[in-house]
Amino acid sequence: MGTTTPMRFRQAIVSALADEMRADSTVMLFGEDVAEAEGPFKTSEGLLAEFGPLRIRDTPISEMGFTGAAVGAAIMGMKPVVEIMFMEFLGVALDQLVTEAAKMRYLSNGKLSVPMVVRASVGSGLGFGCQHSQTLENWVAATPGLKVVCPSDAQSAYSLMRASIQDPDPVMILEPRILYAERGEVDTSLSLPIGKARVLRKGIDITVVALGQMVNVARNAIEKSGLDVELIDLATVVPWDREGVLASVKKTGRLVVVEEAPKSGGWGSEIVAAATSELFSQLKGAPFRITTPDVPVPYSGVLEARFVPTADDVARQLIESFKSGTSPKSWWELEGLK
Amino acid sequence: MSVELKRRKAVQEDSVAQYERMIEIREFEEQINGLFAAGLIRGTTHLCLGQEALAVGLASVLRPTDIVSATYRGHGIALALGLSPEAVLGEIMGKTIGCCGGVGGSMHLSNMDLGLLPTSAIIGGGMPIAAGAALSFQVRKTDDVAVAVFGDGAANIGAFHETLNLASIWNLPVVFICDNNVYGEYSRINITTPIEDLHMRADSYNMPHFSLDGMDIGVVQKGVTEAVNRARSGGGPTLIEAKTYRFAGHSRADQALYRPEGELEKWQKRDPIKLTEESLVASGALNAEKIAKIQSDMKATIEKVVATCQASPEPNLASMFQNIFTPAKVGR
Ligand SMILES: Cc1ncc(C[n+]2csc(CCOP(=O)(O)OP(=O)(O)O)c2C)c(N)n1
Ligand SMILES: [Mg+2]
Repeated sequence: MGTTTPMRFRQAIVSALADEMRADSTVMLFGEDVAEAEGPFKTSEGLLAEFGPLRIRDTPISEMGFTGAAVGAAIMGMKPVVEIMFMEFLGVALDQLVTEAAKMRYLSNGKLSVPMVVRASVGSGLGFGCQHSQTLENWVAATPGLKVVCPSDAQSAYSLMRASIQDPDPVMILEPRILYAERGEVDTSLSLPIGKARVLRKGIDITVVALGQMVNVARNAIEKSGLDVELIDLATVVPWDREGVLASVKKTGRLVVVEEAPKSGGWGSEIVAAATSELFSQLKGAPFRITTPDVPVPYSGVLEARFVPTADDVARQLIESFKSGTSPKSWWELEGLK
Repeated sequence: MSVELKRRKAVQEDSVAQYERMIEIREFEEQINGLFAAGLIRGTTHLCLGQEALAVGLASVLRPTDIVSATYRGHGIALALGLSPEAVLGEIMGKTIGCCGGVGGSMHLSNMDLGLLPTSAIIGGGMPIAAGAALSFQVRKTDDVAVAVFGDGAANIGAFHETLNLASIWNLPVVFICDNNVYGEYSRINITTPIEDLHMRADSYNMPHFSLDGMDIGVVQKGVTEAVNRARSGGGPTLIEAKTYRFAGHSRADQALYRPEGELEKWQKRDPIKLTEESLVASGALNAEKIAKIQSDMKATIEKVVATCQASPEPNLASMFQNIFTPAKVGR
């Protein structure tokens, strides 16, 4: 294990991009305002100065065009990283990623590789309203041929970025926007393989699986609950770490998933389904999910703060379920809403 | 007649009222940064300082039954079309008095009585929707028109090209207004776009097009009237490029330090408010004294609006669950 350096989440992204670009001259970055302005969220600070305008490029507001250009460049042996400022803007480019990039290896009888990375900022909590606050993993998660990762701290932002760029297949990185300014410690020699969950806290009472900004929420909730909970940062949504997660659930006999996305159609359903069907007889309680309600992200600060799972609410549900073995009611069911 | 329709009527009839509305927008936008500093607004906002003539010029020409799609840089257009300052500021402050009850925010203003569709925060997002509104007018044989207002940056997104082509082959009663304020976020137009006269792109779609001085309300009214008349009388779509300038940064966080020296100052010499003042003084409709009074009255009005919005309640939890679907209904 190497030494660690303190840096913010967004600086970890810059460092990983720079380290990959130093190591491999085919790596390049493009997106809106990533070059001259160094990124709307300052995730490309210093890159234009170091790597020049051939490899670091500003684009027009043409997500379909430049995402598709990444597909073509990647096929030809480049390693393009594309920045989609807010995940919602992938909507106008989805074809190129999901229907073109993700199918190239398959349709070329295994001859083509598309080593591209699409990064997008995701998530709620900053008052950007319902067209700029969704996480939208499910837009991309049901796409065989496309990997999907989501860091939760500076270390995973760094290591998952490097792993994603090195990966020979297209990888989508969901970057929780609310974490960009958060500080952490980064060991640049630590690699985190795609497809491997991170056990952030060992425990025997319950297995909690969280992703992105929900990892911090879950950590705080565990502290409040007083229970000995095993906390797993899923880190990769596709292909998710079935082996690691199920081994933990086998040990604790209980599973709670914390998600920042509408209840219907979330990635956690997959995990709860797998644990339920594969470990049914070994479970001590019903596996369940804590999610947002099935509503658009509200703008009002008062509402947005309740929209996402809170540490208090997660703690309540951990305690209740540990006592009863059943899945607790959501806050909105308790409020008689919906 | 509702207060908001009365506000619309005022700018349709009277050039002093148009000037007052421009002052209202200016005063309104200038309050916003202070409200952020005071913690009364969160998230982000996109000001239209310098672009008041386009907003008010447009509103003065359209009927309330015409449909407008616009963007996140929409405070000015919303106020110009007749939304009350309380409905707009309340929404920006996330309060129940806001036009969306506080769940939409600054980027999503609307009022269908005035023809304003919810403004879109996705570049190009409103353009095909305006074409669709125009399609409904064509099929139902009304003489209403749809107007899509969007930025220079939108001229590089697929929706722009697809919509212009569609509107042209279907001969839809729609007017496309590209508000070319020289910048898309932090990039000057020359970095992202090989031409600066964006209206030329309509040539490819065999659509009438022209640019106009977006700083001069009289010029805006004349140009929009021409295009709207064409659309109303079955002559099909037009692309208008309004040459304007974004006096403020892109959004709250942006100081706009990337601008070439002197560019802002050059455009400020053609401040739309100043130009309107000059022409109204020349015509005898206004004098220095009246101008000073309009401005100080407006300051007081907007201060009151701030207080009213501050006093408005926060939305309750139930409002998070409203207006997602209509209640279930069977059959037609
Ligand atoms: C599809 C899409 N891509 C990117 C953005 C981010 N974005 C918001 S405003 C903006 C600049 C738009 O510039 P322009 O169209 O000129 O309008 P202006 O802001 O100058 O009014 C960008 C890139 C977005 N909202 N939607
Ligand atoms: Mg612009």
